[in-house]
Amino acid sequence: MIPAFEEPRIGVYVCDCGTNIASKLHVPEVVDYASTLPNVTIAKEYKYMCADPGQLMIKKDIREHNLNRVVVASCSPHLHESTFRKATLDGGQNPYLFHMANIREHVSWVTSDIDDATNKAKAIVSGAVYRVAYHESLEPQKVDVRPEVLVVGGGIAGITAALTIGNSGKKVYLVEKESTLGGHMAKFDKTFPTLDCASCILTPKMTSVKNHPNIEIITFAEVSEVSGFVGNFHIKVKKRPRYVIEDECIGCYACVEQCVYKVPKFLSEFDEGIGLRKPVYIPFPQAVPNYAVIDPETCIEFKSNKCKKTCVTACNEVAGRDAIDFNQKEEIIELDAGAIIVSTGFKAFNPDVMPQYGHTRYENVYTSLEVERLVNSAGPTGGEVILKDGSKPESVGIIHCVGSRDKNHNKWCSKVCCMYSLKLAHLIKERTGAEVYNFYIDMRTPGKGYEEFYEKLLEEGTHFIRGKVAEVTDWAITPQEEGKLVIRAEDTLIGTVRRIPVDMVVLAVGLEPGKDAGDIRRIFNMSCSEEGWFLERHPKLAPVSTFTDGVFIAGACQGPKDIPESVAQAQAASAEAMCLIDKGFIELEPNVAVIDETRCSGCHVCLGLCPYTAITYNKEKEVAVINEALCKGCGTCVGACPSKAINQRLFRDEQIFAELEGLLLV
Amino acid sequence: MNNYLYYPGCSLKGTGIQYEKSLLACLKALDINVEELPDWNCCGATSYMSVNEKSAFGMAARNISIAEREGKDVLAPCSACYMVLNKAVHYANEYPDLKCSLKKAMNAVNMDFDGNKQEIIHPLHMMVYQYGLENIEAKVTNPLKGMKIFPYYGCLIARPQARYDDATYPVSMDMLMGTLGADVVDHTLKTRCCGGTITGTISEVGLRMVYILLKEAKKKGAEAIATICPLCQFNLEAYQKKVEKVYNEKFDIPVLYFTQLLGLALGLDEKCLGFGHQIISPRKLLTKNQPL
Repeated sequence: MIPAFEEPRIGVYVCDCGTNIASKLHVPEVVDYASTLPNVTIAKEYKYMCADPGQLMIKKDIREHNLNRVVVASCSPHLHESTFRKATLDGGQNPYLFHMANIREHVSWVTSDIDDATNKAKAIVSGAVYRVAYHESLEPQKVDVRPEVLVVGGGIAGITAALTIGNSGKKVYLVEKESTLGGHMAKFDKTFPTLDCASCILTPKMTSVKNHPNIEIITFAEVSEVSGFVGNFHIKVKKRPRYVIEDECIGCYACVEQCVYKVPKFLSEFDEGIGLRKPVYIPFPQAVPNYAVIDPETCIEFKSNKCKKTCVTACNEVAGRDAIDFNQKEEIIELDAGAIIVSTGFKAFNPDVMPQYGHTRYENVYTSLEVERLVNSAGPTGGEVILKDGSKPESVGIIHCVGSRDKNHNKWCSKVCCMYSLKLAHLIKERTGAEVYNFYIDMRTPGKGYEEFYEKLLEEGTHFIRGKVAEVTDWAITPQEEGKLVIRAEDTLIGTVRRIPVDMVVLAVGLEPGKDAGDIRRIFNMSCSEEGWFLERHPKLAPVSTFTDGVFIAGACQGPKDIPESVAQAQAASAEAMCLIDKGFIELEPNVAVIDETRCSGCHVCLGLCPYTAITYNKEKEVAVINEALCKGCGTCVGACPSKAINQRLFRDEQIFAELEGLLLV
Repeated sequence: MNNYLYYPGCSLKGTGIQYEKSLLACLKALDINVEELPDWNCCGATSYMSVNEKSAFGMAARNISIAEREGKDVLAPCSACYMVLNKAVHYANEYPDLKCSLKKAMNAVNMDFDGNKQEIIHPLHMMVYQYGLENIEAKVTNPLKGMKIFPYYGCLIARPQARYDDATYPVSMDMLMGTLGADVVDHTLKTRCCGGTITGTISEVGLRMVYILLKEAKKKGAEAIATICPLCQFNLEAYQKKVEKVYNEKFDIPVLYFTQLLGLALGLDEKCLGFGHQIISPRKLLTKNQPL
């Protein structure tokens, strides 16, 4: 078992991790055992190996005992591998001559019997000692990082990220799926808990983005492909035709006013279907960019080719422009960027899958987003809260947790609904004087000024009934209920079933991952949680990084979030992206796969298997070639190669076999 | 496909005889082959289930075993049978111990029990989701034009197993009645309790349940209530006179099985649809039914 290249002199350090490891297994026994293993020069126990004295011990021992290999048995390599590699380097050895044995997550935290745990720790340490003897010096590869950042999604998170990075002097591409920036926030009237006007605080930001010399806005567009790697992403963006030439359009509304449809006739997407628009429209007055859009589904010209095209005439004559182009085609825009921030937001829960709440069956049952448009002064009713027949509601019920905290639908708490329900309750009461009933499971108002806002609502005389609503029905028992919507719910505080007749029902729908979150995840090679939210690298310590280097996440695409949280995350993601770009280069982990060209038969098996498209085929040499910058060291090709031509550094066969031998010895 | 075993259970041979007559007539008209489950026994419903659950499962399992042996899916028109047979399958799959006992019991009489081989389906769901509404529509000769029908599902068809329909707001019968040309009444009491067996034990509670349903049907202008369960049908029809007396309100709403209405639309002879067994005469309604 003696490797050919040099006589290994191994130092083994077993960490107590305070009591995390020491209380669950016999550390001295593991140390004694380690000292008997081949090539082990010294074996030591220490309370906290990651503390400065622990690291110092490694450095000192390397020099004093001429160590050329180091094993630390402690926690997960995710946490401290880089710490100990650095200590090994500082001691004068190549950092890859170090190996970490995880006896905390893999042993002490999961094994209850102290003797079993001790034996398991011995085996893992033994494996590490046998393996590290075969480690070799490796050098990380240095790669330049491009200075541009791509931000995907132009809601409040994307806008914030774009501005933060743009203000630092870096080039930003901001890609938005819809025809305007603003996302969900642009649809809101007021924001909780301060009740400041959403558009008053959002539109200045949108305008800044528009006028920013460093930000290039690409709307009506989606990222369709990302290739390359951290620092050097190559991105393809698919831009849908809006049938209006952006450089020509001045957003004057002449085309909208002169459209052959004299009055708006089609459901407005921006107004959540409660307002109407024409086939040519601008979603809202402060849209950025302020260009008209033509919807080919409803425009007569697209259907019959026989429209009088009064919009074109208006554009030419009123605006003196020639912006309308019915022949516009989809185009592909190619971009290069060093880092990517994904802020694609959320989708509101669709309550139509809960027929018991009667959305779409009863015309006065609204979702909260629909009510946001109803209370918005720029909305279809000019901010008046009215029923479908035009009258003012005298009583309104707000049903919390629709689709959230519900085993049949989404089990998570959507976090923002309690607060936005309070906001809507306040606005509805203010505008109509109606009695407002909130039906809640638990009131969740943690946040600065949030509980105080709840208190304010209680003082305003809004009713709060604790209980999950069973149904909204037009089934009347008493004469007072006739013609009303009856909300049936168990009031768990007084222990009885209540029937509250109201004129209007608001469903506080929860938040869920966006409709195309699955596609976005695949395009950017991110992971997602069970529910479909994009997964952060660490829930506490790396909340905006992903498992793909150079790709960061911000806002509600990572989980339900309100505006302040989305903004904070966007700024955090910006800092991470700038950190990467400002350094100018990155060092890539050298534990990648390498091809022995003399053994490669050019069979192509590895090409199709590589999840990172890191392998290409060299026709001249008739061999496969691995791009080390793209390779993530997953080992798939190594296992698949029928000629054993591929090896992975730090996971070479002899290293793995040695580790197995060590493990099985105990 | 189009080959089922018909499991009548006790009701369809007794109080629900018009359900059996109309169901079999409709199946024949739709060219769906059925034969009666040979040597069937009690499904194990309510009274048995609450006394001795395991034996009740045993009774259900025997019926299922026969179907498995015959290799055909089971049509269970009575909602209680439908629920109990499906419950037995569900429990057997959930609790391996129970499955083992049921298997042993069946083995003792030279039978076998698997639980996953054959589906137990309600004829309503079979017609709507397997046979297909478009195929039914093609056979409609006397559409139920102008008939205001109040579809009432009762509790058991969608609970606890909401396999085909939403548990609180099922739509399959609404769709079927719509296909037959009826004017379908939308309401929210579709799966509300009919009174179940409480009408017989604590009658003031049970009668109130029936009253709530009849009142809503009347308010919405229904000319007939369409049911899919013999107990629902019985409660709503047989106690109607009593409810009228107690609550001092006139209803006179015929309570029909969905198969009787289907039969009408398919142009079948009224006689074979069992209208003679109704307590509340549907005569007024029947005169509306005319060929196209």
